[in-house]
Amino acid sequence: MQIEIQMTTLLINKKKYTLDVDPEMPLLWAIRDSIGLTGTKFGCGIGACGACKVLVDNVAIYSCLTPVSMVTGKNITTIEGTAENLQLLQKSWEEFNVPQCGYCQPGQLITATSLLNSNKNPSDTDIDNAMSGNICRCGTYQRIKSAIKHTVELKKQRKP
Amino acid sequence: MNEIQNISRRSFIKNIGLASGGLILACNYTLFSQNTDSENITEFNPNLFVQLNSDGSLIIIASRSEMGNGVRTSLTSVVADEMEADWKRVSVRQATGDAKYGDQNTDGSRSVTDLYERMRTMGAMARMMLITAAAKTWQVPETECHAQNHFIIHSSGKKLGFGELVNLVQTLPIPTNISYKDPKDFKYIGKTLKSIDVKNFVNGTAVYGIDKRLPNMKVVAIARCPVTFGTVKSFDKTAAMKIRGVENVIEIPRIERAFGPLGGVAVIASNTWAAFKGREALEIQWNYGKNEGYDSEKYMTELTERVHKDGKVEKQIGDVNKAFGEAATIVESTFQLPHLAHAPMEVPNAVAWVQGDNCEVWAPTQSPQTAREEVASYLGTPLDKVTINVTFLGGGFGRKSKPDYIVEATMVSKAINAPVQVVWSREDDIKHGYYHTVSSQYMKASLDAQGNVTGWLHRCAFPSIMSTFTPGTDYPAGWEVSSAADVPFDIKNFKIEFGQAPAMVRIGWMRSVINILHGFSINVFADELAHAAKQDPLDFRLKLIGSDRIEDTKDPMKYNTARLKHVLKTAAKNANWGKPLPKGHAHGLAVHYSFYSYVASVVEVSMIDDKVKVHNVHTVIDCGTAVNKDTIKAQMEGAAIFGMSLAYYGKITAKDGAIEQNSYSDYRMIRMNEIPKVQVEIIESTDKPTGVGEPGVPVIAPAIVNAIFKLTGKRYYNLPLSDYELV
Repeated sequence: MQIEIQMTTLLINKKKYTLDVDPEMPLLWAIRDSIGLTGTKFGCGIGACGACKVLVDNVAIYSCLTPVSMVTGKNITTIEGTAENLQLLQKSWEEFNVPQCGYCQPGQLITATSLLNSNKNPSDTDIDNAMSGNICRCGTYQRIKSAIKHTVELKKQRKP
Repeated sequence: MNEIQNISRRSFIKNIGLASGGLILACNYTLFSQNTDSENITEFNPNLFVQLNSDGSLIIIASRSEMGNGVRTSLTSVVADEMEADWKRVSVRQATGDAKYGDQNTDGSRSVTDLYERMRTMGAMARMMLITAAAKTWQVPETECHAQNHFIIHSSGKKLGFGELVNLVQTLPIPTNISYKDPKDFKYIGKTLKSIDVKNFVNGTAVYGIDKRLPNMKVVAIARCPVTFGTVKSFDKTAAMKIRGVENVIEIPRIERAFGPLGGVAVIASNTWAAFKGREALEIQWNYGKNEGYDSEKYMTELTERVHKDGKVEKQIGDVNKAFGEAATIVESTFQLPHLAHAPMEVPNAVAWVQGDNCEVWAPTQSPQTAREEVASYLGTPLDKVTINVTFLGGGFGRKSKPDYIVEATMVSKAINAPVQVVWSREDDIKHGYYHTVSSQYMKASLDAQGNVTGWLHRCAFPSIMSTFTPGTDYPAGWEVSSAADVPFDIKNFKIEFGQAPAMVRIGWMRSVINILHGFSINVFADELAHAAKQDPLDFRLKLIGSDRIEDTKDPMKYNTARLKHVLKTAAKNANWGKPLPKGHAHGLAVHYSFYSYVASVVEVSMIDDKVKVHNVHTVIDCGTAVNKDTIKAQMEGAAIFGMSLAYYGKITAKDGAIEQNSYSDYRMIRMNEIPKVQVEIIESTDKPTGVGEPGVPVIAPAIVNAIFKLTGKRYYNLPLSDYELV
């Protein structure tokens, strides 16, 4: 049997990776198993929990549902990345001591980054809508919300 | 004093294998027992220990697992505080599973309860020795020296850093009388510390079990019989082997132990996705076995029939029948609560590498010693050939106390002679868990003309956790009874009965365990009695708890009704109980004692378009000495959400022996758009520290149900509320 070799090129955190994987492989497993960046988490595999979220061209997507073939050549940012809003949010997360077990937090942070990328002044409802695709079994939602709001305030103060 | 060994750099290196040395304080088991025979201490055998390096860096071992409980911060901060160490110089090292650390089982909300005094001792001892070393260096009396923030300071003002004293302190004998800090001088205990791991949690570098990688590691997905304890009849791997990345397919047997794997067909692949896809492609015929007939709906009917008849009497005071005969009012209710699954965000998973007689494991486990015993038992190898490395746990909630998934990895690694990582899918987790029990409860009480409770009958039927350990057990164990039997109400005629309940799935403990069902029924029923007595639920409950007293329970730690009433009164005050609320809002309350802690919650609920909305939760906890206030607050916040999830959505059902739910899509969790504002008060106390991780859970569901009653006049005796389309 002849296996056709299709190389897939992914641009993750500004670094190029050329992988010999099935084009149908979800981005999640390419990131975790083939590339070895393990900050992006597996939670359900069906897009119900958000632990796997990464940014594709600055928008959060469920990497567990996204075949690598769909994101070839696009700008992918994981929790290990250095997007500006991500870094600001990470600082706030620390300040509010948000994580308990911490496992869902990369996905929460990526989703919050996506929110701030598209909305400079999110309302409570905006935050609820944006974040409701992410489950935290430990129940850190209240602190997540506070940390997002705090980040928004900091950004407002920084940019007169 | 011979209980403590001052371990030399050399022996430390020999035993632990570190490249750098320093003061190692080993706190032997015998410190905490009557046996203080120094002859028995022939090697480095620490229970808990600290390592001070000559550069001043301080490593403190965490012997319990970090799963969001904050234990790597709380336990270590106690050592650092007593030692007068600078928290910024502290790093934490996670202990492997080993009896030398004492009990490492991280469940039962007891890590701080068990280890607080020991950790203080470790820190105090180190501080005293450092003072001695400095005094010797300066040739001054020790009384002129004190420790402060990683320095020993002489009354003249001169000072030496902890690290500078390492060489001398290593040679010193262990102090015979330990002097502890005055609690008023605590600088970490009772304060707010951020998690020592917070940076790694937010930047994605914290390594959970599922993140462990070894060279040439294979990833394994296992197909398990849909019916608990069913077995493989036959399977065809042809299609699975065609999946790119699938390397092998093998059958693994069931191991008939409490934490033995269920067995099944293992797909061995080069990556997780291939393993999952390969498993989907398997054709398997199963022998379903004796649990094939399990229908949880029918089973609930059977349990309910049992609690409507006389049961096995567990506790009896006075004569309930006489009280019922003389009653002005009788109230009767039946409560039905379903199975629940833990569903931690990180699925069960483990890396194992069997090499000859040796096995090394990396796993998210709440009980590394249990894992070690199970792995050693499976391999038939001595315990010391098995190393269990404890990673971060992406949630545990009791699921990761049961190391079946670790034994699975061991089995496959041994079979294929390679390092393997077994990864459960979310569906595996939901369908093959150790479920929180399913229960039916019947309660009956009598009131006199003044509304006093004169008789109380509580009958329960639920499969026991002990059925997992001793198959065939069909009545609960004593500890599964106590939260009903020791209800702290001042009632003269009292009876607790239990009905038979065989287990048809694996039953396990889940965050707050039996208190989920007893906390629910008792709090909802007490509210119902208040209504029948035409009294305010708060006043009624305080009266029901009665006088200030220490309850005479079988447990060595007795509970104090004054503390129970105090948390309830405080929660009511914080929530403005009895004061006007926005139109369409109502309060509900619940109070419960579990894991030696006292917790009350008052919730504020409204109904919008016939749907429940929880606006506020005021929780008050008295857990004795508060070690890290931020952790306690976080646990209460999280417990409110955990309690809401089970109240709203928590339901695992079985049909033809198979679990019907699949994933977070149909076993739902509370999400951001549903959260209330949770406010927490921690009662100031100098009593022994008690449980924090679990006791915030049991009060939430009943408080919500009580608030709904106040709002609508309708009482919900069964959960989840989604069954009534209320959420």
